[in-house]
Amino acid sequence: MSKRIVIDPVTRIEGHAKISIFLDESGQVSDAEFHVVEFRGFEKFCEGRPFSEMPGITPRICGICPVSHLLASARAGDAIMAVDIPPAADKLRRLMNLGQMVQSHALSFFHLSAPDFLLGWDTPPQKRNVFGLIAANTDLARAGIRLRQFGQEIIEILGGRKIHPAWAVPGGVRSPLTEEGRNRIRAWLPEAFATTHTALDLFKQVLDKHRREVQIFGNFPSLFMGLVEPDGTWEHHGGKIRFTDSSGSVIADQLDPLKYDEYIGEAVQSNSYLKSPYYLPLGVPDGMYRVGPLARLNVAEQMGTPKADTEFRLFKRMGHGAVTSSFLYHYARLIEILTSLERIEAYMGDPELSSEYLRADAGINSLRGVGVSEAPRGTLFHDYTVDRQGLLRKVNLIVATGQNNLAMNQTVAQIARHYVRGNEIPEPVLNRIEHGIRCYDPCLSCSTHAVGQMPMLVRLIDAGGRVVREIARG
Amino acid sequence: MAAKTLTIDGKQISADQGATILDAATDAGITIPTLCHLDGVYDVGACRLCLVEVAGINKLLPACTTRVHEGMVIKTDSERLRKYRRMTLELLFAERNHVCAVCVANGHCELQSLAYSLGMDHVRYDYRFPKWGVDNTHTLFGMDHNRCILCMRCVRVCWHIEGAGTKNVSGRGSGSQIISDLNQPWGTSDTCTRCGKCVMACPTGALFAKGATVSEMERDRTRLEFIVTAREKKQWIA
Ligand code: SF4
Ligand code: SF4
Ligand code: FES
Repeated sequence: MSKRIVIDPVTRIEGHAKISIFLDESGQVSDAEFHVVEFRGFEKFCEGRPFSEMPGITPRICGICPVSHLLASARAGDAIMAVDIPPAADKLRRLMNLGQMVQSHALSFFHLSAPDFLLGWDTPPQKRNVFGLIAANTDLARAGIRLRQFGQEIIEILGGRKIHPAWAVPGGVRSPLTEEGRNRIRAWLPEAFATTHTALDLFKQVLDKHRREVQIFGNFPSLFMGLVEPDGTWEHHGGKIRFTDSSGSVIADQLDPLKYDEYIGEAVQSNSYLKSPYYLPLGVPDGMYRVGPLARLNVAEQMGTPKADTEFRLFKRMGHGAVTSSFLYHYARLIEILTSLERIEAYMGDPELSSEYLRADAGINSLRGVGVSEAPRGTLFHDYTVDRQGLLRKVNLIVATGQNNLAMNQTVAQIARHYVRGNEIPEPVLNRIEHGIRCYDPCLSCSTHAVGQMPMLVRLIDAGGRVVREIARG
Repeated sequence: MAAKTLTIDGKQISADQGATILDAATDAGITIPTLCHLDGVYDVGACRLCLVEVAGINKLLPACTTRVHEGMVIKTDSERLRKYRRMTLELLFAERNHVCAVCVANGHCELQSLAYSLGMDHVRYDYRFPKWGVDNTHTLFGMDHNRCILCMRCVRVCWHIEGAGTKNVSGRGSGSQIISDLNQPWGTSDTCTRCGKCVMACPTGALFAKGATVSEMERDRTRLEFIVTAREKKQWIA
């Protein structure tokens, strides 16, 4: 008889999910599954609409990373028009994506994850949240909130509104960076840098205390995927796809993101609406890969900016070959904030961002277009097929949380194997399982393209498929 | 032309004989909500948003097509009128598929701004979710029937300002639709001169410049006004 454990709700994750933990005959954890039970209707809903509307529609998939969908969508539109967008437009889109990286990573690190490893696993959930963090370390919490605001400010300066800015369009962007906006960003940068350095120092200090977590929070071999520049430098909007394995070797490089279906397969799981992509040549389960900050740093050879590169070298030393512990997603996130800030700073000295030549114009030159961009959570693909008139016939989206799904299952299984004994899941163990998932900063509403919230449940299921324990935490 | 004197909202005003209640009110600085009315083309009284109360007449009358009479006493605003106007708007929203958040006209739409200003905060009728398509065959413009309110402004400017006669209405009732020529894809029309007047005239996101994304359709009606004024004042006749 094997048993299954389910956690509910995984608080502080955008969207909702269910976790099943399977036990074998002897009561040991054999496997785990993190499934999302949401209706997936978004891709169907877009059919028949003009492709030019997609940058306005797709940001609605997810209120957490609308900018990523906006940018991927605009890129897919560029591909349908078969245009090279004006250089200034490319820089401006990049600037917005960097702002998005900063705001999203700051949210993940300071608001969602830091309470766990700064306040401790055994702190009750009522206190183990951003309010608890404010009580314990007001300055840090406040600085974190301000850092997130800085990222949001950049998005707002460019897009006009914090949420759902339909500012990037097929062919380019709608408006340049104003002088006033430039000054506001410039003035805020020193504070943003200071906060990031504080967070990095703090994280490295607590890392020692969390050796065990580094060992068992999703520490397993897998492939990693991300965009890189031709010379292997970290990339976030543009570039080509690279896969590396857990020894750190590059197994495929400079793959055309537009031909993703030649190297990414999508397994549909019966009990989840989430698609689980894998590296096609290796199949399931060997083709399991991770995306997002940890993966991007694993595939990259350098960050391309001096301060981030200094940290990057320390980061690389944490693995033999690749850095395989998902707990280090947090570290990777901070390094990405740092390189984003450095890149933002460089753009502030670039007059081209004020250019008025921002939008290429063209008709329908290709009936299919794929747009790829690195969202904070991982590589995002928008794949559109249109008719001669530019009306959408087919839409396929591959999102970060979907790509990390197989790895998230393994992470939960690994944590459960270490902590779950018998039919009980004590509170601190629940906290750890929850955090294991939070390392990936999953955005569930996005991965299933649905709206609404549903509670989350942990179920312990025995070898006979019987639910022996069900924990719903509200 | 003989002048008529009348009272609108308690204000004594005079208007030319033959003027509509809407003209008279506008001259007197009184705003009546309208949707199908467009300066420069004749009125058809299609939307019923401009309904007003006239003393001594039981039914409500459209201000855009009712001529002034001597001694008329008119009310342009009352609880009853507001109720009817809201209802009319709700019916318009329920009839087709309006998703303002992702619409090309969002923020610049006459239907949407009327809904705001008249305090329409929900729709009491069941949405009909009809299946309408998008005609994207024209090289410059697109037409999304989902957002059309059948005000026929496009038809009127097409026939009476441009003189092309491309746009027409087919069908009946809520199944009516704006067509091009003999109900063919707009892009295959022989008569369309690609002038864009219909796009400028449309109050909603139904007609748009191709490639427009959310909120991008801001209409420049001054161009239409310029043509109408020039024609009325015979500015083009030497
Ligand atoms: S046409 Fe106007 S009312 Fe209709 S969806 Fe667009 S903005 Fe909303
Ligand atoms: S297309 Fe626009 S102008 Fe023409 S009838 Fe419909 S809403 Fe009115
Ligand atoms: S404006 Fe008078 S009926 Fe439409």
